[in-house]
Amino acid sequence: MPAHFHQLKITAPEYRAALAVLLALAALGYAAAHYMDAGGHHITGMNNRVVWGIPHVFALALILAASGALNVASLSSVFGLDEYQPLAGLSALLAIVLLVGGLLVLVLDLGRPDRLIVALTHYNFKSVFAWNILLYTGFIALAVGYLYVLVEPGARRAGRVRAAGMLSLLWRLVLTSGSGAIFGFVVARPMYHAAVMAPLFIALSLALGGAAFQLVAAALARWHGDYLDESVLARQARLLAWFVAAVLLLTAIFHLTHGYAAERRAVERFILMRGGVYTALFWAQAGLGGALPLALLLAPAPGVRRLCAAAALVVLGGFAHLYVIIIGGQAFPLPIFPGKTVTGGFYDGEVAAYAPSLPEFLLGLGGVAAALLLLLAALRVLPFMPPPRRARQRG
Amino acid sequence: MTAPANRKRRKLLAAAASTVAAAPGLRLMEWAAAQSDAQPVTAATRWGLLIDTDKCAVDCDACVRACNDEHGLTGTGRPETDAQWIRKVTLTDEHSGRVTSLPVLCQHCEQPPCVDVCPTGASFRREDGVVLVDKHTCIGCRYCVIACPYQARSFVHENLTAQKPYSPRGKGTVEGCTLCVHRIDEERAPACVEVCNSGGGDDCGNGALLFGDLNDPQSAIARRLKSAPSRQLRADLDLNTGVRYENL
Repeated sequence: MPAHFHQLKITAPEYRAALAVLLALAALGYAAAHYMDAGGHHITGMNNRVVWGIPHVFALALILAASGALNVASLSSVFGLDEYQPLAGLSALLAIVLLVGGLLVLVLDLGRPDRLIVALTHYNFKSVFAWNILLYTGFIALAVGYLYVLVEPGARRAGRVRAAGMLSLLWRLVLTSGSGAIFGFVVARPMYHAAVMAPLFIALSLALGGAAFQLVAAALARWHGDYLDESVLARQARLLAWFVAAVLLLTAIFHLTHGYAAERRAVERFILMRGGVYTALFWAQAGLGGALPLALLLAPAPGVRRLCAAAALVVLGGFAHLYVIIIGGQAFPLPIFPGKTVTGGFYDGEVAAYAPSLPEFLLGLGGVAAALLLLLAALRVLPFMPPPRRARQRG
Repeated sequence: MTAPANRKRRKLLAAAASTVAAAPGLRLMEWAAAQSDAQPVTAATRWGLLIDTDKCAVDCDACVRACNDEHGLTGTGRPETDAQWIRKVTLTDEHSGRVTSLPVLCQHCEQPPCVDVCPTGASFRREDGVVLVDKHTCIGCRYCVIACPYQARSFVHENLTAQKPYSPRGKGTVEGCTLCVHRIDEERAPACVEVCNSGGGDDCGNGALLFGDLNDPQSAIARRLKSAPSRQLRADLDLNTGVRYENL
């Protein structure tokens, strides 16, 4: 086994407390899913106009973060930055558990979660969803393969680590494009139908995943022993700043393009000016989740505290951004009759109401908890923790 | 002729007679082209619906009630999660103020986005143009509800009882207008069409709905589509809908 990986050492009482809290949240999430399954979705805030609610925001956030969590592995294995090498295993492991957490939420929110086997045996290859099923399973397989070659003796010299890293990098770019395409390919909805969704989701994933890795790595460093070098922290800050800037740029392009087209001005006015909670969240994610962390990250000498504060803002901003895209895009009425005022029917012409209920929120939170629980369990038995700086210096 | 064959023949004649009375413009020849259970449905037929909005009264919702009765769609007091297979809308032109009333339902597109996005293939289009959901393979992901440009699909949000045997429904799956495919296959017009063309009682009798085979140039619907202007909803999407509107 290469000397640069350790198993997670349990020393701090906070670790046990974290385990207990995560276990409780995961159990609550599962209970909420069971409650929704038994009673039907009418007990949630979702309805026939907003059919994807906060569970989907959690699920997409986790899936995008999973892809972005692999940034560090790519930096080490594809871009040859040796200082990231001790973090590569943690990066890939985090990517796997975040994806598993997201998929858990997605599956448990299905109307018929008992029919998961149908989803795995009946494929409509024209469906972006079906592509994503293949992309998710492929991603997990590649990340597992990457972990394997990380600890395989001689694999690095033989180039297998770089090959596995490169394949994972390319795959996750396609995966996040696929996640964006879930929305970008929907011709019916003016908020969704945009090719820029694919690069926007790539940028979101790089930012969300980079931030999630930073937070997890910092938390583990508290328990395990500090392993984050100053040089790594500084580079993390610069990278995260680039990703946040990319999200801001692509968001601006997205809304400017929409605002330019007369047919889409109504939805732009809704999101940017008159959409109530969606407008508030949009500007909050752009300011508190975008501009503010950018400023924090670009200021000289970002310490671990400032970096973590910025990362937390990026995670919250990404979540809010997905809420605006996913739920705001459904809340805005479908443009079936342009130039007409529509009344009657099924709330036609009205903005759809949606307020997340406790069970669906718990389901989403349970997915996050399950992911982190899996991570802590895996790090106890698998040797993917970076050694503390002291040990490295001695070594 | 054997007794069962006689019964079948009587049933067919009775259905044909009632259809002639119920749905003027629908010809026996079109039914002859309809397929029985023993024969596969083919693309030789494409069922369609032409809605004349000038004949559709603002205060009439007989088609909605007929659909609900036919398929056992009962309200729960929670309209946002109740099934809506067909709904009546009133449009007011923002410039001229002209008021129009019309029903909106699954448009039975030739290129249905709901079918494209369905991961399991549960959303499908029959050869004769009817877009349906296979309730056995629908996993309840609701992507089709997101993708439908007409808000024509519903997700079953709670447990159901006393479903109609010809109209399978179940909690956790998605559903929508079937164009009363069980009636079409029995050579009867969809329930909404029947009530719109009947008179008396709670029936509508406005004759706003014309049902038939779009592929048969001699059918009433095909002739009317040829002689008078009509339009598709969201024609910009080029989905070639099976439901068309006149005077909209």
